[in-house]
Amino acid sequence: MARRTPLFAVHQAAGARIVDFGGWDMPLQYGSLIAEHHAVRRAAGVFDVSHMCVVDLEGDQVRPFLLKLFANDVSKLTTPGKALYGCLLNERGGVIDDLIVYYLGERWFRAVVNAGTRDKDLAWFRRHAEPFGVTVRERDDLAMLAVQGPEARARVAGLLSSAAAARALALGAFCAAQIDEWFISRTGYTGEDGFEIMLPAGGAQSLWHSLGAAGVTPCGLGARDTLRLEAGMNLYGNDMDESTNPLESGLAWTVALSAGRAFIGREALEALRVRGIERKLVGLVLEERGVLRAHQRVLAGPAGQGEITSGTFSPTLERSIALARIPAAAGEQVQVDVRGKLLPARVVKPPFVRHGKSLVG
Amino acid sequence: MSKVPSDLKYTRTHEWLRTLPDGTVEVGITDHAQHALGDLVFVEVPEAGRKVTPGEPFAVVESVKAASDVYAPISGEVTEGNPALASAPETINTDPYGGGWLARVRPSGAQGALLTAAEYEKLTAEEGN
Repeated sequence: MARRTPLFAVHQAAGARIVDFGGWDMPLQYGSLIAEHHAVRRAAGVFDVSHMCVVDLEGDQVRPFLLKLFANDVSKLTTPGKALYGCLLNERGGVIDDLIVYYLGERWFRAVVNAGTRDKDLAWFRRHAEPFGVTVRERDDLAMLAVQGPEARARVAGLLSSAAAARALALGAFCAAQIDEWFISRTGYTGEDGFEIMLPAGGAQSLWHSLGAAGVTPCGLGARDTLRLEAGMNLYGNDMDESTNPLESGLAWTVALSAGRAFIGREALEALRVRGIERKLVGLVLEERGVLRAHQRVLAGPAGQGEITSGTFSPTLERSIALARIPAAAGEQVQVDVRGKLLPARVVKPPFVRHGKSLVG
Repeated sequence: MSKVPSDLKYTRTHEWLRTLPDGTVEVGITDHAQHALGDLVFVEVPEAGRKVTPGEPFAVVESVKAASDVYAPISGEVTEGNPALASAPETINTDPYGGGWLARVRPSGAQGALLTAAEYEKLTAEEGN
């Protein structure tokens, strides 16, 4: 039996096509996926992301705990509400999950992890928590909505009192605050500005309907995937997993090799650095008609072969784009085996789209 | 409720067929099929001259999420693939029984059984949509 968010009945009543995602019954799309995509690029859309797992980590030693488990460096977090993106790694440097960590106080951090990895992440946190006296509390009492797009912040602010709206609109990028009943964070997974809102589950339907009444378009996981891919953001399980490390997943920028910090996976990554990274995660733009899809083979000439990890049609660029893991020595032109035909693709550095604008010419 | 024009024939794999005055058969995918696939973004149609047999994949329709084969519903020779779909694949979503036709086939040899509109409607109802 798949799990359901507090908004499941609302999605069903709206006629959404429901699919299984990481063990959850989630809306894929309500109507046209492409229309939902454009709503986020051009105005504002709302996603139910309550399937993601909010975990509160509390205790006197919570910072040292995260210094050990999180590959990014939580020493960067000194202002309450500030967020940091990074990975949990295993001892081999493989990616257990990618997550956002919020600093809420010296005894209280909050992590938001993926739905499909919830159980193993919680087990990993709990396994390492005891020596630090850290309590691991899953916040399944909270729902989470992502409101994204150039008009998203203004639409959310319109639902708040003037004092609360002022506080929400003052949030900097990657910053959050508890504002009355809502934990509002200026984060997202679309390449657009916006908020992610965590709130008591009982208030989720009311907020969803208020956003709809304010002209915010309901969007499903289909548009969430095309938006994140245009934004060059990885999807755990597709673009990286425990068999790949952050250095070959386009995530080297999230690994802080600050002097003297002994985080799990560090030794393995340093050994890899010395040996040399053999593969890299790149963006591809298909130069002919067709659609790139996950697991298609990429031919990089004498450098060897690779594989597409995520591929789609880009509604903004009106052509196909992908993330692919290819040999580090590959050049700027590759071929992709698309249903038995070798089609030329150009290697680019993601993102493909940022704030509604094409970055790939 | 998806549209099922009564003057067409259908297959269990959601293709429709229309016999044209010159005897060739126009083939497309049904309203039910286009709705299930969602926004189409790429279509590959067969080339003129290609010989096809029933059940053989002869066209590809790709939505944002997935690629799907379209099967030749009869045996014969393709006389034309719809050239307009290369630049406007969404025509299949907006006009599946008109401008969204995929190919025209000149029938030859023995033909298998096709569904009437009523039979196709019953089939899609049984599939729960």
